[in-house]
Amino acid sequence: MSNPKSVLIADDEPNILLSLEFLMRKKGYEVFIARNGSEAIEIIKKEKLDVAVLDIMMPDVDGYQICKYIKETESYAQCKVLFLSAKSKEADIEKGFAMGADAYLTKPFSTKELMQRVLELSQ
Amino acid sequence: MINSWLLICISLGYWLLLFAIAWGAERYKLKGRSLSNSPYVYSLSLAVYCTAWTFYGSIGKVKDGGIDFLAVYIGPTLMAVPTWFILKKIIRICKAQQISTIADFISSRYGKNLSLAALVTVFLFFGIIPYISLQLKAISESFNLLTQSSHFIGVPKGLSIFGNTALIMAIGMAVFAVLFGTRRIEANEKHEGMIAAVAFESLIKLIAFLAAGIFVCFGVFNGFGDIFSKASQVPSLQKLFTLPEEGGYANWFWTCALSGMAVIFLPRQFQVAVIENTNEKHLDKAIWLFPLYLLLINVFVLPIAFGGQLLFNNMGVDSDYLILDIPLLFNQKALALLVFIGGYAAATGMIIVETIALSTMFSNHLVIPMLLAMDPGNAKLHDNLSRVIIHSRRAGIIITLTAAYLYYKAISGHYSLVSIGLISFVSVAQLMPAIIGGIFWKKGNKLGALVGIILGFLIWLYTLVLPSLAGTAFITNSFVAEGPYQIWWLKPYALLGLHGFSPIVHSLFWSMLLNLSAYIGFSVFSVQTVTEQNQAEIFVEVNRYAPLLESTSSWKGTAYMPDITSLLANFLGSVRTNQAIHAFAQRNNINLNENKADPKLVAYAERVLSGIIGSASARIMVSATVKEEELKIDELLNILKESQQLMRLNKELTRKTDELEKARFELEIVNSRLKEQDELKDDFLTTVTHELRTPITSIRAFSEILFDNEDLEVEERRQYLGIIIKETERISRLISQVLDLEKYDSGKQKLITQKVDLKSLVEQSAISIDQLLREKNIVIIKDFKPCVHDVFIDEDKIQQVLINLLSNAIKFTKDEIVLKLRFTDTHWLLYVEDNGAGIPEELRDLIFEKFYQAKNQTIRKPKGSGLGLAISKRIMELHQGNLVLIDKPKSGAVFLLEVPYNPLNLPS
Repeated sequence: MSNPKSVLIADDEPNILLSLEFLMRKKGYEVFIARNGSEAIEIIKKEKLDVAVLDIMMPDVDGYQICKYIKETESYAQCKVLFLSAKSKEADIEKGFAMGADAYLTKPFSTKELMQRVLELSQ
Repeated sequence: MINSWLLICISLGYWLLLFAIAWGAERYKLKGRSLSNSPYVYSLSLAVYCTAWTFYGSIGKVKDGGIDFLAVYIGPTLMAVPTWFILKKIIRICKAQQISTIADFISSRYGKNLSLAALVTVFLFFGIIPYISLQLKAISESFNLLTQSSHFIGVPKGLSIFGNTALIMAIGMAVFAVLFGTRRIEANEKHEGMIAAVAFESLIKLIAFLAAGIFVCFGVFNGFGDIFSKASQVPSLQKLFTLPEEGGYANWFWTCALSGMAVIFLPRQFQVAVIENTNEKHLDKAIWLFPLYLLLINVFVLPIAFGGQLLFNNMGVDSDYLILDIPLLFNQKALALLVFIGGYAAATGMIIVETIALSTMFSNHLVIPMLLAMDPGNAKLHDNLSRVIIHSRRAGIIITLTAAYLYYKAISGHYSLVSIGLISFVSVAQLMPAIIGGIFWKKGNKLGALVGIILGFLIWLYTLVLPSLAGTAFITNSFVAEGPYQIWWLKPYALLGLHGFSPIVHSLFWSMLLNLSAYIGFSVFSVQTVTEQNQAEIFVEVNRYAPLLESTSSWKGTAYMPDITSLLANFLGSVRTNQAIHAFAQRNNINLNENKADPKLVAYAERVLSGIIGSASARIMVSATVKEEELKIDELLNILKESQQLMRLNKELTRKTDELEKARFELEIVNSRLKEQDELKDDFLTTVTHELRTPITSIRAFSEILFDNEDLEVEERRQYLGIIIKETERISRLISQVLDLEKYDSGKQKLITQKVDLKSLVEQSAISIDQLLREKNIVIIKDFKPCVHDVFIDEDKIQQVLINLLSNAIKFTKDEIVLKLRFTDTHWLLYVEDNGAGIPEELRDLIFEKFYQAKNQTIRKPKGSGLGLAISKRIMELHQGNLVLIDKPKSGAVFLLEVPYNPLNLPS
């Protein structure tokens, strides 16, 4: 892996961040961590990301807004969005895709499935 | 003396004024307004009771009878209350049944009987014509008096070129009555012009009489006292102050009673009081206005009578005309003219109304039934009916006035005014049993009414009318003095030897005795016909049924629309018929497109016809047009009862609908509240699951990591396992808190209170979080006031609250927490203060809601289940205390606990 893919993980649960960070690093991704929405936006602006794994319910800026921001900005076209949320209602999922998400996984998630989707999205 | 030309001009002028008023009132009515729709006009029109007889005759009567004359006015006054009651009922009946004359009223009540109506009509003609001629006589004599050179009698009357005043008068009346009395064929329609004119005449006669009275009292003499004291010195006048000894009180009593009846049953009174009544509420005012009028017009009778006697002192002056003679004596021509006009007004008012009433009876109860009897199906007659009706009414007017004139010519010269009037009173009194019985006694029947009236009439004829003719060409004087063929017990003034009464009272006594006995007797022992039974029910129970009658099909049979329409069109014309039918159909939801006529419509048509030709003829015409079945009394009663029930049901239904609407509204509120609660519950569930998902997510993620990565460092392994353990604890805490909250919300959570040492409880709680305090370098400052009260609380629960508040404070504070304990008379207070960022104003209420944090993601940190404050608040409420957030001057938050010393009032 000469040119590692870069992944943003945005969640307000430290434990989830910790687990995701471990998993991503292990697969060789370049990992960026955001504890809330505004941190996530900053990272998106600074780094060239391949995949953004976003929680929806976060303080200040929520996942939907972040996703919308990514999808509306042309220079981020390569960045795929994966929602990882405890919101499991049909309407929430639909909303997520309406915002332009590429994948949606509900918590609690299977680590294998998550890694598989991130892999697909980053190809 | 007054120039007869002048007098004629004035009379003519007055006459024209009367026409103008009547005409103006009718025009006014066309514009949709009504003069007669006023209690004052109504009361004034009732004063048509005061005729020329009152105007001239009362004064004349004083000479012979002293204060006897008053009985005629006291009667109606004393009877005012029962009269009000009776009139109200009669008015309702007449409106409901479209009755237009007193004869129709009786006939309608006793099964719409033709012969009864005809009998009453004929009888009233006999009874009333002398009364009308009396008016002609009064006008004529007053006219002559004014135009003669001397006011003493002895000069032959009627010698002026206009000598035949009575005839001219009669013609004038006929013109007025034809013009304003026969305008429309509906006899029950209001005669607006006539009523306006009559009310005006009542005003004029009152003003004239009062003017003359004031002149006599204060112009000629020095007030009442002067007249009475002078009169009491004259022996012939002195005796007039008291009632005559023989039969005095009895005469008075009977005359009062007689007048009380006459005030309702005289055809003209029935006309103005019942038929022309526009609103039954007018009766309420008339009940005192009319007696007041009677009082006013009688105030000066005695002074004028005594004054006249004192002035003329038996010089042979006709005492009937003293009111004219006195102004003439003092050469007060203007006053004399005013008095003349007043008397003229009194006479004409009476003649007009009486004639119109009689002419309606003449056409409806004599002419029409006769024509119908000859050939009820005669098409030619049907086509011309409306013209026949108008013509026969006009003929009735002319016949009435002609008869009155002839009677005047032939007989009335012999009698004073009062005696003729009272004779008429006795005749109409004969209708009393049939009418009063008819509206209060369901069993009263046709035979009883018929026989009673006939007997009463015969007695009246024999004891009053025949003797009054004595000395004329018809009857000899000995008839009165010795009885026919000298049979003593048949003497007309002393039947069966009954002495001691005036002829009027004598006649009244015998006629009423026989009339009443026959009415009651025959009613009890004979059977009513079906129609009679129905009518009796409606009349007696009118207050109950009147509102129902229009919407009730009180008719049974088969009728076809074209028949009904053409029947009405004969009278009303096709345009008005269509209007009337459509209006009625709309009011009662009747479908007019069917060929068969609705029974309600047939009943309506009959009522309309009744208003035109009287109920009996209407009955005949309707039954000739349609195929009818007999409606039995019990059927009618059932129909009426059903209508009544329907009406009640309708009312009930409206009430129920209203209630339902209200209930629906309340339900909507409850429903929306339920929905809200449902949504809250949904929210709660979503929140709880969400709150559970978060730790489970961590647990699963780390478990999978541990499972998949056996090569993990021991330290890492320990860290991940530690997380799993913590998150598991978080789950169990959450679950127990949710269950806890549910217990509080459903009221299952109970307090176990006991006496507690509050200070040590607070200190213990602080100790239990000592670890956290030390971790974050936070100091607790304790500020406890001494407590003198026993404190009863649920120790575990209060400690839960304290720990919750303290751990919140630890999360938010910068470096210190202040605990203050205070005591009031009833409560203990605990303040928990921190010096953190504080809580924004808009969130102060929200923080006590469950999962408040979860809902407001923006302030999610630091962690907590979001249930702590909600549970604390509920624990406080169970303690009848309160947990609030209060303002703090500097930064930071202050929570205040406020709890009564003994919330459950345990014995201390």
